[in-house]
Amino acid sequence: MKIAVTAVGEGMDAQVDPRFGRAACFAMVDTETMACESIENGNVAAAGGAGINSAKVVIDAGAEAVLTGNCGPNAERTLRAAKVKLYTGVSGTVGEAVAQFKAGSLTEATGPSVDSHAGMGG
Amino acid sequence: MPGWAASMGEGFVVAVASGKGGTGKTTVATNLAKLCAETGQAAQYLDCDVEEPNGHIFLKPTVTERREVTVDVPAVDEEACVSCGQCGEICQYGAIVAIADKVLTFEPLCHSCAGCWLVCPVGAIEPKPLKIGVLERGAVGALGFVSGRLEIGHVRTPSMIGCVKACIEPGALAIVDVPPGTSCPVVAALRGVDLVLLVTEPTPFGLNDLKLAVGLVRALKLPFAVVINRDGIGNDETEGYCQAEGIDIVVKLPDDRRIAEAYSGGAMIVDAVPECRDRFAEIGRYVEAARRRRGA
Repeated sequence: MKIAVTAVGEGMDAQVDPRFGRAACFAMVDTETMACESIENGNVAAAGGAGINSAKVVIDAGAEAVLTGNCGPNAERTLRAAKVKLYTGVSGTVGEAVAQFKAGSLTEATGPSVDSHAGMGG
Repeated sequence: MPGWAASMGEGFVVAVASGKGGTGKTTVATNLAKLCAETGQAAQYLDCDVEEPNGHIFLKPTVTERREVTVDVPAVDEEACVSCGQCGEICQYGAIVAIADKVLTFEPLCHSCAGCWLVCPVGAIEPKPLKIGVLERGAVGALGFVSGRLEIGHVRTPSMIGCVKACIEPGALAIVDVPPGTSCPVVAALRGVDLVLLVTEPTPFGLNDLKLAVGLVRALKLPFAVVINRDGIGNDETEGYCQAEGIDIVVKLPDDRRIAEAYSGGAMIVDAVPECRDRFAEIGRYVEAARRRRGA
C-alpha cells in the first residue's frame, strides 16, 4: 500500500513536517517495498486552499493513507472524500513514522486536528 | 453659512483613510459628513469599514432599508457531472476540487471568478447566492447614510465594500470611511475616489504607517492630503515629512480631552466641542477647492 508522509525534506531520514497543507514535501512510501519517492509541495506558499490542493496532490499520487503532524478541516474533508485514511500527531523521521504505521501503533484521526490556516507562517 | 456650502453639479467622492488604525478616520469622516450636510450640500456618509463598521454609533441614523448582500458560489449537479476535473484545475483558490467521482466545494474560499461554471463542459455547475453580509441605508437629517457589515467568518471584504460604494449617489458629495491598513479592502474602498484624506497622528508609529498609506495612494494615482489628528502629542517629524514630500496638511485637530470624552460617549465632535467646527469647516473648504479644481 502506498502512503504519504509529510516531510521537511527528501528521503526516509527527513523529519516529518508537522503541517499537512504547507508541508515542504510528501514522501510517497510503498509499505511493501519501502521504496520512497519524494514530491515537492507546490502549495507551501499558496494564498489559500493549500490543504485542499495538497490533499489533491497525494490523492492523485495514489496515497491510501496520510501520516502528518496536523491537518486542517478542508484537507481532512478532501482526504475523507477520497477515502484516504488520516493519521495526525505523527513525528520523528519519515522512516520511523512508516515503521510505526506498519506496526499498527498509530491511531486513525476522526477529524481535523487543527483549525484552518494553522500552518500559515508567522 | 460658509462659502463652501454652494451646491455643485457633479458628484465628488472623498475617502478618509489611514495606514495606522485608531488615528481618527471615523471621527473625521462622520463629522465632516455631518457638517457638509448641515451647510446644505447633498452629502452621503458611507461606512466601508465593513469588518467593524462604527459610523452609526456617532451619526445615529434612521435606517430605512436593510438587505442581504450575496456573492455567487458554485452549485454542482452531481448527476450531470462527468468528473473531468476542469473546475478544480481552473480554480486558483482551492474552492472547488474534483476527487474521484465527487466534486467538493469550499464556499468560504470562493472568489466568485465564475471560472468553474464557465469551464464546465456539461453545464453541471451553476452559480448560487451565498450571503456574506448586510447592507443598511438610511439618513441622519439631510445626510445620506450607508453601511455594510460583513458576516463573521467571511473573507469577501472587497465584495462587500463594492456593494457599499455602489450606493454612491450621482451628484452628491460622498464621504467614504475606509478600513485601516494598506491591503485589498483598502484598495477596494479607495479605487475611483476623487480625493483621499489620510488621517494620521504625529507619532513615529503614525508616521511609519502614513508613509505606507502615501505609497499606496501614489500607486493608485489618487489625489491626497493629510489631516493630523491629536496634534500636540509625539513630535514634528510628520509635518517635516509632509513638507519635504510636498503633501498638503489640510488641518490639525488638537489633542483635546473633551474630544476624547465626546468620542467615548458616541457624540459628534462638531456638536460637543464647538471650536472644532471651524477645523472641520476648513476640511470642507479644502474638499470644495479640490472639487472645483477637478471640475475646471
